[in-house]
Amino acid sequence: MAKLTLDDLRKLRDSKKNEVSKRDTEGKEIEVIIGMGTCGIAAGAKETMDAFLDEIDKEGLKNVAIKQTGCMGFCTYEPTVEIKVPGMPDTLYNNVNTDIARRIVHRHIKDKKMVSEYVQDRPSIDIMENK
Amino acid sequence: MAYRNYVLVCGGTGCESSSADQIFKNLINEVDAAGMSDQVQVLKTGCFGFCEQGPIVKILPEQAFYVQVKPEDAKEIIQEHVVKGRRVDRLQYKEENSASGAITDTEGMKFYQKQYRIVLRNCGIIDPEKIDEYIARDGYAALEKVLFDMTPEQVIDELKKSGLRGRGGAGFPTWMKWNFSKQVESDQKYIVCNADEGDPGAYMDRSTLEGDPHSVLEAMAIAGFTCGANQGYIYIRAEYPLAIDRLKIAIKQAKEYGLLGENILGSKFSFDIEIRLGAGAFVCGEETALLASLEGNRGMPIPRPPFPAVKGLWGKPTVINNVETNANIPVIILKGGDWYSKIGTATSKGTKVFALTGKIKNSGLIEVPMGITLREIVYDIGGGIPGGKKFKAAQSGGPSGGVITAEHLDTPIDYENLSKLGSIMGSGGLIVMDEDDCMVDFAKFYLEFTVDESCGKCAPCRIGGKQLFGLLEKVTKGTAVVEDIQKMRDISLAMQKASLCGLGQTAPNPVLSTINNFYDEYMAHINDAKCPSGKCKDLMSYEILSDKCVGCTLCARKCPVNCISGEKQKPHVIDQSKCIKCGECYASCKFKAITLG
Repeated sequence: MAKLTLDDLRKLRDSKKNEVSKRDTEGKEIEVIIGMGTCGIAAGAKETMDAFLDEIDKEGLKNVAIKQTGCMGFCTYEPTVEIKVPGMPDTLYNNVNTDIARRIVHRHIKDKKMVSEYVQDRPSIDIMENK
Repeated sequence: MAYRNYVLVCGGTGCESSSADQIFKNLINEVDAAGMSDQVQVLKTGCFGFCEQGPIVKILPEQAFYVQVKPEDAKEIIQEHVVKGRRVDRLQYKEENSASGAITDTEGMKFYQKQYRIVLRNCGIIDPEKIDEYIARDGYAALEKVLFDMTPEQVIDELKKSGLRGRGGAGFPTWMKWNFSKQVESDQKYIVCNADEGDPGAYMDRSTLEGDPHSVLEAMAIAGFTCGANQGYIYIRAEYPLAIDRLKIAIKQAKEYGLLGENILGSKFSFDIEIRLGAGAFVCGEETALLASLEGNRGMPIPRPPFPAVKGLWGKPTVINNVETNANIPVIILKGGDWYSKIGTATSKGTKVFALTGKIKNSGLIEVPMGITLREIVYDIGGGIPGGKKFKAAQSGGPSGGVITAEHLDTPIDYENLSKLGSIMGSGGLIVMDEDDCMVDFAKFYLEFTVDESCGKCAPCRIGGKQLFGLLEKVTKGTAVVEDIQKMRDISLAMQKASLCGLGQTAPNPVLSTINNFYDEYMAHINDAKCPSGKCKDLMSYEILSDKCVGCTLCARKCPVNCISGEKQKPHVIDQSKCIKCGECYASCKFKAITLG
C-alpha cells in the first residue's frame, strides 16, 4: 500500500463515507420499508430493494434508511413498499417494480409528491389509530 | 452495489469469550450458503456495551438487536431475518416492564437512551481491523486539520477551551500537561499512552482499544505534533491480548498509509508508535512507575516533581495520557473545544465511560455525560438491581475509591462531587452493591488487592496497608474492639499523607469511606459479633432447627466434611467445630430446617 498524500486521504474518506454512513441510522428521517415476505420476494421484492439501494446511492441521499419487513397482508399487490417521509402521510405503494421504485425515489422522496397511481392505501395501523 | 444488510457481531473480549468468533464464522458461512455475500456484509465490531446479554448480533438497517446468540443460531438469523425479512423473535432483546414486549430497535432501548457516545463513537459501528472504516468516520481528519491548518498553540488553546481532564483518575487538565511538555526545550520528547488498566471490574480502556484503536493512535500523533515529540509508546498490559492484536494491526495499517512514520501526509512531521507490554503490576498504572517499567526497570514510583511532562522517559519530557483521554481528542479537534465544553458540568466537561458491574441487571460498558446522577445510571441505564433487592451503595474508582450511598443517588457525578462524597472518579469502574453485600468485607477485598499490589518501596504503604488489613480481618472475625476503629483511621491518615504514590495514598479510601458511611455495620461486627448481611462467614453459623428437621439425612450426605450426625428420622446436629460453612446443607434442605445466623 502506497503512502497517502493529503489528497489521497480525503478521496479515500469520501469514497468510503457513503458506505459506512449506511450503518449509522441516527438522523435518518426517511424510511423505505420493503415487504420481503415469501410473496414479496416471489413478486420481485429483492430486485425492487436493489433498485432503491442503487437509486438512493446514485442520488447521494444520506438521510434514507432502507428497511425490510415481513408480509403486510396485501399479497396480491406485492411487492409492497411503505415510505415514511416527515411532513407527508405514511404511504403504501403496491406492485412496485424496479422502474416504479426509481420513480418513487425521485418523485416521493426527493420532490415530496406522491406517485398517485401506485398508492395502495395508508397502512392499516394508521387507520386503526384514527378510529 | 451497496450492501442491503449489515450484520454486526460484537468482537469485544466479553462476547469473544462466549464464542462470538464462532458465531461470526457461522454467519459468514450462512450468508454464503444463501448466495447473498454480495448483498449482505458480516462484520466484527467493537463492544456494544451491553455485555450482560452477550454475545450480541445487530442487524442494520433494521437495528434488530439479538442477544445471547449461540453459534447454532446463525442459520436461523440469516434464513429468517436476512432472507425472509422476519425478525427472530426469540433472540430479540426484551425489556422488562415494557408493554410492547420485544424491543425492535436499539433506539428504543433504555440502556442506550441516556448515553452519549464520544469515546465509544465507533465501537459497535466499524470493524476495528479496517483502517478505511475509521477513515470513513472522519478518522485522521483531526490529524489532517492539526498538521495543515493549526499551530501547536492553537491545539492547546482548543484543548483548554474544551475543559478536557485526564480520564485516568486524577482529572488533571490535559491542556496543561501538554503545555508543560511543549514549553520545555529538548532534543527528544515522548508521548506515552497509559493502557495499564488494572482496577478490578474495569474494562473501559480495553474495550476502547479493541473497538477503535485508531482513535488512540491519531490522538497520540496530535500530541506529538503539539508537544514536539516524534516517538510514542503504548504501555498496555499483556493480559489484554485482543486489544494488543488490534493495536498491532492498527499501527501496521497506519504506517502503510503513511499516517504514522516519516513525513506524515507529506508534511514535515514524523511520528512513530511502538507497543510495550506490561506484566500486569497494578502500580505500573502510576505514571512514574510506568515510565520505570518502560525503561526496563522494576516498576516502582519516584517522588514528583519533577513531573514526567518535564522530565520523564529517559529523562526527557514525556506526556502521558490515558486511553480514554486520547479517544476524546480527535473529536475535540474536529468539533471544537466550545462544542465539547457544552457537555457536562461547570468543572467536569464531556462524557465519562463507566464499566457498570456488580448487582445490576444490565452489566456493561456505558458512556454518559458528566453530571448525570447515579440514580439514572443504576435505574435507567442499568435497569436496577436484580431480584428486587435494595440498592445499598455504589463503588467508584476501584481500589482507590469509596462508596456512594443511597442518599447521594441524586448527586450529579463529576470529579468534584465524587471527591466530596469521599470517593473518586478514578478510571471508571462502577460497582453496584445491594443489601446482601457486607461493607466491611468489601473494604477488606479492595485492601487485600492494594496490599498485594503494593510495590513495597515506601513504609506507609507497605506496612500501613498490612496493618490496616489485619485490623479489618479482626473486624470480620468478630475479635476487634471499638478502639480499633480509631487505629484504622490513624493508619489511613498516615498512609494518605506519607505514601509515595497514588497507590498508597488512596488505598485507605475504601476503608475510610465505609467506616464513615456504614459505621453501624462496623459496630455490629465489633459489639455484637454479627454480620448484618451474612457475608462474614466467621460470624455466622448454620444450625438445624430440631422442630423442623425430619431426619431425612440429605444434609448429612451432602456435607463434604461429614460434620452432620443424627439417627434416621430424628433431628440431626451440626458439629460446629468441624463445620466449614460451605452452605451445602442449607441449600439442600427441603424442609427449611437449617438456619443461618
